[in-house]
Amino acid sequence: MNRSRRQLLVAMGLGGMAVLVPGAARAEKKYDTGATDTEIKIGNTCFYSGPASSYGTIGRCETAFFKMINEQGGINGRKINFISYDDAYSPPKTVEQVRKLVESDEVLFMFNPLGTPTNTAVHKYLNAKKVPHVFVGTGATKWGDPEHFPWTIGFQPNYQSEGRIYAGYIIEQHPDAKIAVLYQNDDYGKDYVKGLKDGLGEKAKSMVVSEAPYETTDPTVDSQIVNLKASGADLFYNVAIPKFAAQAIRKVAELGWKPAHILNNVASSVGVTLKPAGLENSKGILSTFWLKDPTDPTWKDDAGFKQWVAFMDKYYPEGDKSDLNNVYPYTVSQTLIQVLKQCGDDLTRDNIMKQAVNLHDLELPMLLPGIRVNTSPTDFYPVKQMQMARFDGEGGDCSVR
Amino acid sequence: MELLLQQVMAGLANGAIYALMALAVVMIYQAIDHLNFAQGEMAMFSTFIAWQLIQWGQPYWAAFAITVVLSFLGGVAIERILFKPIHNAPILAQLGAFIALFSILNSSAGEIWNFTIKSFPTPFGMEPLLGERLISTHEAGMIGVTAVILGLLYLFFRGSRLGLAMRAAAANPESARLVGIRVGWMIALGWGMSAAIGAVAGMLIAPVVFLEPNMMLGVLLYGFSGAVLGGLSSPGGAVAGGFAVGVIENLAGTFVPYFGRELKLSIALVVIVAVLLVRPAGLFGRAVVSRV
Amino acid sequence: MRLPPDKTVAIEGPAAARHGAALTRPSGRLLAIAAMVVAAALVPLIATNFVIFQLTLVMVYGLAILGLNLLTGINGQFSLGHSAFYGIGAYTAAILMDKIDLGYVWTLPCAGAVCFLVGLLFGLPALRLQGLYLALATFALAAALPQILKFGPLEDFTGGVQGIVLLKPDPPAGVPLNPDQWLYYFTLAVLLAMLAGAANLVNSRTGRALMAIRDHPIAAAAMGINPALYKTVTFGLSAFYTGVAGALGAIAVQFVAPDSFGFLLSVSFLVGLVIGGVGSIPGSLVGGLFVLYVPNIAERVSTGLAGAIYGVILLLVIFVMPSGAAGFTRLALARATAWRAR
Repeated sequence: MNRSRRQLLVAMGLGGMAVLVPGAARAEKKYDTGATDTEIKIGNTCFYSGPASSYGTIGRCETAFFKMINEQGGINGRKINFISYDDAYSPPKTVEQVRKLVESDEVLFMFNPLGTPTNTAVHKYLNAKKVPHVFVGTGATKWGDPEHFPWTIGFQPNYQSEGRIYAGYIIEQHPDAKIAVLYQNDDYGKDYVKGLKDGLGEKAKSMVVSEAPYETTDPTVDSQIVNLKASGADLFYNVAIPKFAAQAIRKVAELGWKPAHILNNVASSVGVTLKPAGLENSKGILSTFWLKDPTDPTWKDDAGFKQWVAFMDKYYPEGDKSDLNNVYPYTVSQTLIQVLKQCGDDLTRDNIMKQAVNLHDLELPMLLPGIRVNTSPTDFYPVKQMQMARFDGEGGDCSVR
Repeated sequence: MELLLQQVMAGLANGAIYALMALAVVMIYQAIDHLNFAQGEMAMFSTFIAWQLIQWGQPYWAAFAITVVLSFLGGVAIERILFKPIHNAPILAQLGAFIALFSILNSSAGEIWNFTIKSFPTPFGMEPLLGERLISTHEAGMIGVTAVILGLLYLFFRGSRLGLAMRAAAANPESARLVGIRVGWMIALGWGMSAAIGAVAGMLIAPVVFLEPNMMLGVLLYGFSGAVLGGLSSPGGAVAGGFAVGVIENLAGTFVPYFGRELKLSIALVVIVAVLLVRPAGLFGRAVVSRV
Repeated sequence: MRLPPDKTVAIEGPAAARHGAALTRPSGRLLAIAAMVVAAALVPLIATNFVIFQLTLVMVYGLAILGLNLLTGINGQFSLGHSAFYGIGAYTAAILMDKIDLGYVWTLPCAGAVCFLVGLLFGLPALRLQGLYLALATFALAAALPQILKFGPLEDFTGGVQGIVLLKPDPPAGVPLNPDQWLYYFTLAVLLAMLAGAANLVNSRTGRALMAIRDHPIAAAAMGINPALYKTVTFGLSAFYTGVAGALGAIAVQFVAPDSFGFLLSVSFLVGLVIGGVGSIPGSLVGGLFVLYVPNIAERVSTGLAGAIYGVILLLVIFVMPSGAAGFTRLALARATAWRAR
């Protein structure tokens, strides 16, 4: 409490001095804890160790990104101090690390902390402390609730709406389908299933004939696929992370089962999921996209793609250029830069939130053409659009709509 | 009926994975009397080395052979460097060392080769066996390799002087020393063999589950369950246990009403524990009777 | 290795050694304990809220490890399943607070009672199993719990995969402490009570019986100790301790979710047990410190290799102190006393 007050006074003093400098007609500078004339402190938690450590690359990519921004001069003359801690996908650890960031490191706001249970654990705390909880890194649906949690805003299209998109497609194109679902037995998987069922409405009960969950400790999902095929379904809704999605695709082909195949966005990458599964086996698979898949040759000469590659080459060379988990942080970070730019010299927590929900038609290099970031005080879902595409068996996707 | 058959076959296919792992587990148990938690990670690391060799242009069998040899040496080295100094420490301290090794291998593999899944080639091909779609050639190959390794181990332990020396060192180190057996080196040898078997297991499992740093934790736990179910004193029992675990789990997931779908791991474990209660030394294990 | 107290009373010597000698005297030990309690009580008055929160968690983990210690360290029954007891305790507290608005204080005995029962029920069949076979059975428990918590039909109770969010307890009216400080003192009070209970148990006939069962089960049985009774009750007691810790943990973190209470948590407890010293009651707290702080340290060194650094630190500690912090302290004290007695 004391420290931030002192900082504020110093900042105001400096601001006062700046006004006296001849020729400088500056707007009034306003700071909350974590922002100064030279620095913006941002907090983040990510999984660098433990069972979900494959997502650790998101935090490291963001660290590299902010390093690039700083080398290019920072934002409005201020450097970004990006502090990211490991919570090993454990909510008690997240609580500890977030409290450290807010109370000990005194960051201005939290940016893109990862995970659903991990963020749930600190949701109330951050809102009670009025610390912006910006661009939360999960597809769960609950982050867009301005009425109850005005300090929290998500980012990516949430899983339930993706499920509803598929439901709409199914009702249109396969109204008599018998649906079999493979899903990961946690919040991510169940969210997708809920979205589908909600979208199907009354027909969900009759259309979904078989559901098979799996745990991430299961070595394979072969048994689940055998059961799903045995249910007689002719449409397969594949809600799995790349490893299991690829196993499923392969097993489906091995069993000679040929359902209409819908794959969730999390595993939609050609290079990461479809190639190991077998390009032949993946022909005809339908999924949705909002980011450009770096393994899709369609983007080879795309300006945005080349920009991303250049960034990865220079600042994060050890990062995997086939991994969507390195495209996602790039895009979210760019959105944040826009927010910070819009804040100008008013770096209060209030203003951070205000600008975060004040994004209009923001176009970003790795978003699919036509998809824009839009927020407003009643719309806390920055990316809402997705494009459906079908895999043509060769390495590219072609749009279905 | 067809579903039952399919699930049994799928269970056997998975079970082959667990059986291979169980073999490696029992191998080390015979040498050092406890479970090496890092077994799976060692196997995973070996498989990555093989993958890297293949990426560098080595033909499959060359990479395979080199990896097995390197793993053997690695196992011996780990034993000599890490575990010999603490072998007088309480058992739980050694357990801590296994956990540490697990952490180091898992994290390093993630750092060196990152986490996206990789395909690993199989020498057996992935075609359906005999034209049927119940089991693939690779899965049949796995079962075959398991049987071969089991046979080799049997011959080694029963029929060779070195094997006999190892068994003696594990059963009664004091007396073994008295007859001139270098007990320390027997333990190291046990580690090396276990690492080598683990490497083979990893290289056969990776084509099915896809190679990535976290691929072995689940397999190790199932392999451990299988080894315990079959009896830790019996390699053959461990293999049988591994297959059994695969089949039980699949059948539980398919045929147990209401609970089976979401709780199949729990059910499988309950079954195993129930078996253990009836036969506390495992299905084929020998109950150790000690003179008081 | 403990020197008999009377040998160390009246001999003069350098201050350090005298200090070492003093600590092996019962009254010396009491003084040391009193000093530590006073220090612990003063911490919230000078530390930031965040550090208070961390130390509260250290105490929670220490208590959980203490539970494991009773079973594995004192009684020699190997358990990979204590994450289940911790989780059951946490969820009991969470469900009671969430569904029937039970005061947080009352959730502790409830959680403890439920876990005691579960521990007893588990301990009975566990009698038939030894060593790694017992390990597997306890592992089964640890692996099953997250699945059961996520089980669809139970979702109304357990909150399913979304977990349960709790409110932080406020200090009672008129107490000039903030919620973090209050929770710290509350946890400290519970911890001290349970530590005293455990120490009492270990130093009593029952404790000696338990250790006899661990070291020489056949001789113990021959002496008339009923292993079945003792082992089963110990299981229950151990589960009780870890369950109460779980409840405290849930209150402190204000959130429970199924996947936090899986097998990996059991591994953490085991690591804490090893670091603190198998069979050592105060060692459990050292274990708690390790479990909380060392991952943070490892992360500081390298985010990409955080796990590897953690493993290396763990190995180093095991090499230097194979019998844990307790064993190391005992050795150091004994050396100091022996040196002074020269």
